[in-house]
Amino acid sequence: MAQGPLVTETVRKFIGAKSEAVTMDIEEGHIRRFADAIQDPNPLYHDRVAARASRYGGIIAPPAFLRAIRMVLPKVDLNLPLTRLLDGGSDWEYYHPVRAGDTITAVTRLADIREREGRAGKMVFVIHETTYTNQLRQVVARQRSTMIRY
Amino acid sequence: MAPFWEDVEVGMEIPSLVKKPSSKELVMWAGASGDFYQIHYDKDFATGTGLSGIIVHGALKNSYLGQLVTDWIGPEGTLRKLSVSYRAMDYPNDNLTCKGKVTRKEVQRGQHLVECNLWLENGKGEKTTVGSATVALSSRHPRRSPRRRAATKA
Repeated sequence: MAQGPLVTETVRKFIGAKSEAVTMDIEEGHIRRFADAIQDPNPLYHDRVAARASRYGGIIAPPAFLRAIRMVLPKVDLNLPLTRLLDGGSDWEYYHPVRAGDTITAVTRLADIREREGRAGKMVFVIHETTYTNQLRQVVARQRSTMIRY
Repeated sequence: MAPFWEDVEVGMEIPSLVKKPSSKELVMWAGASGDFYQIHYDKDFATGTGLSGIIVHGALKNSYLGQLVTDWIGPEGTLRKLSVSYRAMDYPNDNLTCKGKVTRKEVQRGQHLVECNLWLENGKGEKTTVGSATVALSSRHPRRSPRRRAATKA
């Protein structure tokens, strides 16, 4: 078992590193399948007529839909001797709706790395901040997500 | 019926939402979200990592709490912030009840905001996910210029 801190100064130097940009076209059928997996019948995700009549003027995506954009992490080797992985949670901020027909670009920044002694031994919390921008160059949302390595 | 900001009070509970995802729904979620980590559909893989079985995706619980809020605020309300923190595993075929309570109301730059705490309880009543949300609601008096930062705190 590793001795001493895993999150060394060398590891912390990677904070601020940015990923490559990932772009995804937001398709109506994908939104519907996503809403079906949640079992959320909200007409804004399913019904063109109802969505058209709403203040959004068309189909929009559910709040966590941006998770469907493949997360590309910054290319850094944290070199942690930990093999298991859990999702710790997310903090979302929403600025504009995500619509069917949008093209969204995601860039992820390594925002923080912290270490804690847990029941299962050492745990490292890796926090990424993803910024999602649409084709109009509007930032539609930001997600801070915590990945637990243990 | 979507609430107006004036009708919401600190301490008020949000109508709860019950989910009971089957393993089939976890696979649907895996396909729709692109999260194919095997702990969510392959029992042997899941137990091999020390889990007692396949577990519900955190981001699916995030979505359930998102639906709790969007069902409550309706199409006229706007979700501004949503935070979720996964405290314990959830397993398929359990009753997962999403709940929430209003913690704060304020008018900021003409926006009628409401903050609430959110959580998800498993079948035993344990809070396995906790979180919070900030929403903007319609006002009954949209034209009256609001007193800035007129905040009421729990």
